[in-house]
Amino acid sequence: MGVLRGGMRPFSSALASNTVRYALLIFGGVICFIPLGWMLSTSLKMPGTEFIFPPNLIPRPVVWSNYIDAVTRPGHPFFLYTRNSVVITLSATLGTVLTSSFVAFGFARIRFRGRDFWFIVLLSTLMLPDVVRLIPSFILFKLLGWIDTLLPLIVPFWFGVNAFYVFLIRQYFRTIPLELDEAALMDGAAYVRIYWQVILPISGPVLGAVTIFSVLSHWNDFLGPLIYTNSVDLRTLALGLRFFMSRTGTDWNQLMAASILMLAPILALFFSMQRYFIRGIHMTGFGGR
Amino acid sequence: MEKVRSMLGTRTQLRRDVLGYMFIAPWLVGFIVFTAGPMVGLVYLAFTRYPVLSPPTFNGLDNLDRMLGDRFFTISLWNTAYFTFLGVPAQVVWALMLALLLNMRVHGVNVFRTLYYLPTIIPGVASVFLWMYIFNPDYGLANYILSLFGIPGQAWLWDPELSKPSLIIMELWRVGTMMVVFLAGLQGVPQSLYDAAAIDGAGLFAQFRHVTVPMITPLIFFNLVVGIISSFQIFTAAYIATQGGPVHTTLFYVLFVYRHAFENLRMGYASLLAWVLFFIILVFTLVQFRMARIWVFYEVE
Repeated sequence: MGVLRGGMRPFSSALASNTVRYALLIFGGVICFIPLGWMLSTSLKMPGTEFIFPPNLIPRPVVWSNYIDAVTRPGHPFFLYTRNSVVITLSATLGTVLTSSFVAFGFARIRFRGRDFWFIVLLSTLMLPDVVRLIPSFILFKLLGWIDTLLPLIVPFWFGVNAFYVFLIRQYFRTIPLELDEAALMDGAAYVRIYWQVILPISGPVLGAVTIFSVLSHWNDFLGPLIYTNSVDLRTLALGLRFFMSRTGTDWNQLMAASILMLAPILALFFSMQRYFIRGIHMTGFGGR
Repeated sequence: MEKVRSMLGTRTQLRRDVLGYMFIAPWLVGFIVFTAGPMVGLVYLAFTRYPVLSPPTFNGLDNLDRMLGDRFFTISLWNTAYFTFLGVPAQVVWALMLALLLNMRVHGVNVFRTLYYLPTIIPGVASVFLWMYIFNPDYGLANYILSLFGIPGQAWLWDPELSKPSLIIMELWRVGTMMVVFLAGLQGVPQSLYDAAAIDGAGLFAQFRHVTVPMITPLIFFNLVVGIISSFQIFTAAYIATQGGPVHTTLFYVLFVYRHAFENLRMGYASLLAWVLFFIILVFTLVQFRMARIWVFYEVE
């Protein structure tokens, strides 16, 4: 309908209104992009020139050495930080996807007594602010002897601790016809097979969305590693960035270069899975009306 | 016959129960160990003195007493309220503006969608550092842009008057999630409503005011609720960039709790503070749901 209306407009007026539209879009784009561009530009500047005022928007000359300096800083093993971030992100995400979908299967497809009660309990944990969990979790992990290990950043996620993901996947599973698993009286093993061989393979969109959300949150997490780890050997990238700053001064070029290196894998993931990303946000149930 | 069927029914049901609990077992165990158990512990700890290195000792209402007399409790509440009640509405408005731009039907609009969303996936820590550099009083980009308009440079994060507004600007840059939620809502508004409004002589602004806004009130509500809950919990920016300063103007509530728990090792007091935050968030959420009845418009299917 709207397309039709647009098509019937005189050509010149359509052109004028499109020009205005693009102008507005580009204006918004510039505002969103300036800080990012600034990050990139700073990472490519000759050390020392980042303190010049008024600043040069374009680095002249372009130097790549900041990236090398950032990853080879003495006392700050960048690659070790990266490895820690990768280990945490991958193992926590694997746990999240496997257990959330397993639990969601139970909530979505089996009519057991007490199901609604437990589902409401699950939803109510969504309201719990992280800071409320923080203190008792710290004490629990201390009792378990897990402080200054990576375990607190991984193990809870193998127990469906993030209710939001269970909820999201459950909503998706509900849309798959139930006939599949209700056809016969089956034993537990058959159910697990259905979960693994039938339901999971056709749930790509929701699992993709959960994977992205999870990777992002673990890769970017700052508070968790800050509280649960102390050793330099266990630092993540998010923690490591902090040590480019010091009382004596900050190496902005190196800090920005390191930030871009930290951002790069996330960007790659974002661009390759953008479809899932946007759909995932729609799937929260509030978008799709 | 009836009896046989009901016996069969009971056995099927029993089987379902066993299966059901088998599937939700990982979550159930996690819930008890990592959520319910610790929460019960937190209630107890709120009434204790617990310096971490020695076991907790019961001290009744001492923590409550201390809290009510704690100047920094009031300061951190005020800072958090300021940041939330100015910041979140600004985020909602800005996100809606961006979503309206992205809802225009032009070629290549997807490229802009990506561009507008990009800042949101930047790690929080990296974003904080970037803005510290942008806001630098001596050589920052922000003061350069002001200078283009002949406005004198500011101290931004390091100025007690501007520290909180600076953080609000910083957060405005990352409204991508709100924006995508709005965009989905805008795309769900039926074109027929706009056509009807246009026939009645409504201009662009009137259409926005009388068609778009009423149709997306559930999403405005959703973004407000989620935005306020997360804004109450601001931590990283204040911890890294300003460390609560200058003169405590960015001492936000979670930073305040963090310092007591993990720097001063007053876990008992911090537990009480954590409970108070939970309670505040709960009350605000409930109040919002109550108020929603007045202004949120739900389509009757």
